[in-house]
Amino acid sequence: MGSKPRLMGYRRENGTMGIRNHVIILPLDDLSNAAAEAVAKVIPGTMALPHAFGRLQFGEDLQLTFDTLIGTGVNANVAAVVVIGIEPKWTQRVADGIAKTGKPVAAFSIEGKGDLQVIQEASRVAAMFLQDASGLVRTEAEMGDMIMSIKCGESDTTSGLGSCPTTSQAVDRWVEAGGTVFFGETSELTGGEHLIADRCIDDACRNLFQTTYDKYIEVIEATGANLLGSQPTQGNIAGGLTTIEEKALGNIAKTGSVPVVGVLKPAQMPDASKPGLYFMDSSSAAAECVTLMAAGGAVIHLFPTGQGNVIGNPIVPVLKLTANIKTAKSMTEHIDLDVSGLLRYEYDLTKAGDMMMDVIYDTVNGRLCKAEVMGHREFTFTKLYISA
Amino acid sequence: MAITPPQYLLHHDGDNVAVAMEDLQPGTLHGRSVKEGTEGTAVLNHAIPLGHKFALTDLAEGDAIIKYGIKVGLASAAIKKGDYIHTHNMRSYRWEASRA
Repeated sequence: MGSKPRLMGYRRENGTMGIRNHVIILPLDDLSNAAAEAVAKVIPGTMALPHAFGRLQFGEDLQLTFDTLIGTGVNANVAAVVVIGIEPKWTQRVADGIAKTGKPVAAFSIEGKGDLQVIQEASRVAAMFLQDASGLVRTEAEMGDMIMSIKCGESDTTSGLGSCPTTSQAVDRWVEAGGTVFFGETSELTGGEHLIADRCIDDACRNLFQTTYDKYIEVIEATGANLLGSQPTQGNIAGGLTTIEEKALGNIAKTGSVPVVGVLKPAQMPDASKPGLYFMDSSSAAAECVTLMAAGGAVIHLFPTGQGNVIGNPIVPVLKLTANIKTAKSMTEHIDLDVSGLLRYEYDLTKAGDMMMDVIYDTVNGRLCKAEVMGHREFTFTKLYISA
Repeated sequence: MAITPPQYLLHHDGDNVAVAMEDLQPGTLHGRSVKEGTEGTAVLNHAIPLGHKFALTDLAEGDAIIKYGIKVGLASAAIKKGDYIHTHNMRSYRWEASRA
């Protein structure tokens, strides 16, 4: 167990390495979901990514929507993209952002044509993209070629004891092999943020981390709200977690022991020449966080859970692991790896890490994870403030 | 590695709370610390489910609750050794408005 098999992935035009080969139909805005979903029905094998936003956003909030859409299209798990929007200007802006990587992309806008004509035109292109993508072959890949992301959800006290330390094993091994890992969940560092600050590689990184953290927390604290039931969630509380600080230390237990080499804005792509562990400023809500990390370039995600979060992502395999024996037994269709034996001392953490790596290797090489099999494709945008 | 499955775990020696590793009934339990591997016993006063916490020492209102060797909250009421600890007697010290 744990010995590395040959890893095989899809090398994209810009040199990045993917582990899936999706042709996606990407709506620019909520109004274009219907046409995008219709194209994916006409051309089975392509996948629509419906979402709720993209209209009358402005400023930094609009920029984050563009970064999320473009980053999703650029992600190495995507072979080609059809973008559909209500109007041509912003639609083309997203298509141009994706096209910079050399990836096949086409843009269609609905105003003046109507859904039916766009569906027909876009379907012809989607058909061509799908056939071309099917001809791409996997080539040898290294961990250093790929970005992994981590984020836990519906955590309980078993997360900090078992599934998060197991994830740490994978994080350290991935980074030591030259790879890059994202962690985030800004508010969920509260009470342990000093542990992350201490691990920042230099003062510039530490100052940026602290500023980013403080800014996020100011927004939360300014509300004066009672967050009990939100953060920690009702599920966290049902699982025995009482305070944000207790939850945060369990969360941090999954980040490995390697230094933090950089701080990313939501959906930001890291410097490819500087691999390592990055903090990405992000919500702790599962679908928002994984969507941002996928837009930043992550191609595989590790998701420790306690009470049993079921999240997936349209383009990134989201692997679930749990150390809660009840969850492992009652939610088998969602859980990729049961490490509850760690808490019964049936094996040690190194062995749990080996078990995790075996699941990762299989998933990299094409075996579907439970979230993919179950059709979980949560594509959820982070909204920074009201629309105009 | 023939270790009897512990009924409770604490992260570090010196933590004043432990976590139930199964649904537990009141009584004397055997457990261990994860970091140091110290084995021990503790008394539990209440039935608590898997994953929930109980006190390893007496705590006065306002005392720090220590887990992972780090303060993770405050006792919001007096807590006796062996008592169940959750939102009814523990709160965040960072987010003071967040309380049951």
